[in-house]
Amino acid sequence: MHIPDGYLSPVTCAVGAAVMLPVWTVAAKKVKETLKAREVPYLAVGAAFSFVIMMFNVPIPGGSTGHGVGGVLLAILLGPWAACIAVTVALVTQALLFGDGGVTCIGVNCFNMAFVLPFVGYYVYRLISAGSDAGSNRRWIAAGIGGYVGICVAALVAGIELGVQPLFWHTANGQALYCPYGLNVSVPAMAGGHMMVFGWVDFVMTALVVKYLQKQDSFFLKEGR
Amino acid sequence: MTVTKKLWIGIGVLIILTPLGLILPDYFKAGDAWGEWEADTIQKLVGYVPQGIEKLSVLWKKNSLFPDYCFKGWDDKAIWPYQSFAYIIAAIVGIAVISSIVFFLGKFLAKNND
Repeated sequence: MHIPDGYLSPVTCAVGAAVMLPVWTVAAKKVKETLKAREVPYLAVGAAFSFVIMMFNVPIPGGSTGHGVGGVLLAILLGPWAACIAVTVALVTQALLFGDGGVTCIGVNCFNMAFVLPFVGYYVYRLISAGSDAGSNRRWIAAGIGGYVGICVAALVAGIELGVQPLFWHTANGQALYCPYGLNVSVPAMAGGHMMVFGWVDFVMTALVVKYLQKQDSFFLKEGR
Repeated sequence: MTVTKKLWIGIGVLIILTPLGLILPDYFKAGDAWGEWEADTIQKLVGYVPQGIEKLSVLWKKNSLFPDYCFKGWDDKAIWPYQSFAYIIAAIVGIAVISSIVFFLGKFLAKNND
């Protein structure tokens, strides 16, 4: 889901950055208000976890590859604004050090994976787990579903961003200037791939980690985030 | 053992396992992630390279420290053990950088909340 340089028009990249600047500002403010100093080491591990999980490319035999993100897990445990900051740091580092995701479209990639993904997943989790006990089965099932829905919606959004490119930006003879595939191809490829295969990585790991923490230390699950 | 320590051990295990993210896609003959192709792959897929991709794809990636989580010039070496080794080093470097930034940023932001 890391859109590379050249696949999005400069206008799309500018819109992405323009949307993310206020999001990052609010995120810094919210984290300043709510994150406790003793939770900071967990946020650092969480960012490391998101980064390393994205290195596990999962194959569709004979097809494409994809990976989980882990952003919803961070949102459940430390709040969606803290997750936004942690995943943003991971994405910027991936773009700058590893060329994974374009530098021109850092704003768009952060919108998809550091904003849409943790927030959608977090609110799905909150909705399903509302009123449940911190140690209940409903909690870890809600976490799994949140992880799955978060990444699938983020992939759908990325598919739309890629798919609108040939509609607006092409040469006089119809050749695309940026992503060459329209919505009819990009949306099924991005949303479908994540709904069928890659989304389940986030389902399983989000559910498993929450279940593990229910036994070990339900401190995170009791906090009213 | 503290929970943080246990979590870091978990991260360590994941780092050692990261080469699976190279080996499995290779074994199952899976290609790039959708929409993340290099210019020559796009040429094969659609018959031309869109101008924006031609111009912008060379902007940064080849200048990054570890393009595609690999050492420069190692991209045609064998996945096992060469690229897998580079992948593990990339994971360690990435995690060191990211967790340090988040740690200090978090400490700075949360300094008044105990």
